[in-house]
Amino acid sequence: MYRMRLPPWLVLLMPAFVILLAVVAIPLVLSLYSSFTAFQLTRPETITRWIGTFNYEKAIGDANFWAAFGRTVLLLTVALNLEMLLGLGLALMVAKVTHGQRLLRTIMMFPMMFSPILVGFQFKFIFNDNVGLLNNALQSLGLTDVAIPWLVDGNLAFIAIVTAEVWTSTSVFAILILAGLFAIPQDPVEAARVDGCTPWQTFRYVTLPFLMPFIYIAMAIRSLDVARAYDIVQVMTAGGPARRTELLWTLIGRTGYVDARMGYANAMGYIAILLSIAFTVHFFRKLSSARTSLGMGD
Amino acid sequence: MDVRRQHRLRRRLLTAAHFIGLFLAMSIICLPGLWVVLNSFRPTVEIMAKPPVWIPTELNLDHYRAMFGGIGEGGVPVLTYFWNSLVISLTSTVIALLVGMAGGYAFARYRIPGKSAIFVGLMVTRAVPGVALSLPLFILYGRLGIIDTHFGMILVYVALNVPFTIWLIDGFFRQVPKELAEAAEIDGCTRWQAFWKVEFPVARAGIASAGIFAFLTSWNEYALASQLTRSLNSKTMPVGLMDFTSQFTLNWGGMCALAVLMILPALVLTFLVQKHLIAGLTFGGVKG
Repeated sequence: MYRMRLPPWLVLLMPAFVILLAVVAIPLVLSLYSSFTAFQLTRPETITRWIGTFNYEKAIGDANFWAAFGRTVLLLTVALNLEMLLGLGLALMVAKVTHGQRLLRTIMMFPMMFSPILVGFQFKFIFNDNVGLLNNALQSLGLTDVAIPWLVDGNLAFIAIVTAEVWTSTSVFAILILAGLFAIPQDPVEAARVDGCTPWQTFRYVTLPFLMPFIYIAMAIRSLDVARAYDIVQVMTAGGPARRTELLWTLIGRTGYVDARMGYANAMGYIAILLSIAFTVHFFRKLSSARTSLGMGD
Repeated sequence: MDVRRQHRLRRRLLTAAHFIGLFLAMSIICLPGLWVVLNSFRPTVEIMAKPPVWIPTELNLDHYRAMFGGIGEGGVPVLTYFWNSLVISLTSTVIALLVGMAGGYAFARYRIPGKSAIFVGLMVTRAVPGVALSLPLFILYGRLGIIDTHFGMILVYVALNVPFTIWLIDGFFRQVPKELAEAAEIDGCTRWQAFWKVEFPVARAGIASAGIFAFLTSWNEYALASQLTRSLNSKTMPVGLMDFTSQFTLNWGGMCALAVLMILPALVLTFLVQKHLIAGLTFGGVKG
């Protein structure tokens, strides 16, 4: 009798495959199919109307789409770099503390516990031009007499969104970099000091290269998160005023659910997913090359 | 002499700068959260006052009373939401950990053809945002009749968390020397026993850190929950936050009270496992 035997690794990975197939892959195939149709949410029968690559051509020719695309990349660059620098500073400061470090670490993780949608509401409240915390503080301190329209002006709204993103996610960088600081072997650092390096040189040429893999991991995780940023922006400005803070996924969400043009939305979604995959692959590459240069690779 | 004094002065200045910098950073991290907590105890009139009231004149539990009593503005059934959130998050975390342990173990211990391709494939599923999945899932769930059920939400959150748990746990199992399990097998354990008695305890810290991340993700997720939950049956707290908004107004006080309720369990849990968290990330993430 022939009995099929699967290799043990396949058996172990099977549950993960099955679940991901059911919840991620099948819906993705469904939306890939619908991106080639004129599917409109309000008229379910349109899902069978095949229109080829029309939606993709339309997205590529759409100025709003490219504006949102550019803005997402801009947000990604600004937020990630700010978070990296602030997280590095924070981790270095916390690592130096000897007493009460456990408390500081917990405080540091505080923003991570906030639901993105909660962060959105919180900062919407803080940046509110009429009763918001920030304007109230500025006015009480006499720094300005007028209410600064944080969420109404396009550029200021972008700054407000960056602030909210940075506030929530700097701790991701800080924790990973802190983990890296703890893992650094002390010998090279001491050797550098004995050889007469200044503190800056020690940091730049000894500590930082050791931290790079940790920074790239944080970058990889966060670039995925920012590339699919939706909740915070949706709550704070909903892409407004007049599309000034429109990101890819707020645009896609609105096209799909409010305008009900689901086929078109899915086409744009696929282009957006390719963007985030590109970023992730980029950071994973950097990660493995940083690992190999440190001799930590497989 | 002069050089020494200068040196000492510089050291003091640096210490002071370190302290001030740390204090400032921690305040910026805490303030928005503390503001939310404070507002949950203040009457709405005072929150909205213009000119602002800086020193609270009156603190009360009105918002909490309204929230738990299900009375007053909107009458949001917070306790039901809390229960839904708890059941969905805890169950999905446990299942994601089990699936992640199986997968991570497979990655760490077996030769798998096309390993890195499978690995990248798993991570790529994380690039798909909830908004993109919500509609096709809604259609599928509609066909299967599992919209607005705990089961449906648990399934989604398990899928959301599995790639990351596999990644972290894989790195952790790799830290456990193969010889350890082999020695146990020579001593008469089955592979199954060797896993639970030898390898699992060593990798526990990594599993704890994967668990907290999975829990926080499910606890805080909004985009999918807002589409796939419809009623008291399965609505979670992040979706419940929306109950405090109406077309033109926002009930800030009530929202802040619910926010406090959302943060507390996460805070307690993170504090309990935070020691493992740093260790877990160190080994799991980088050396993997």
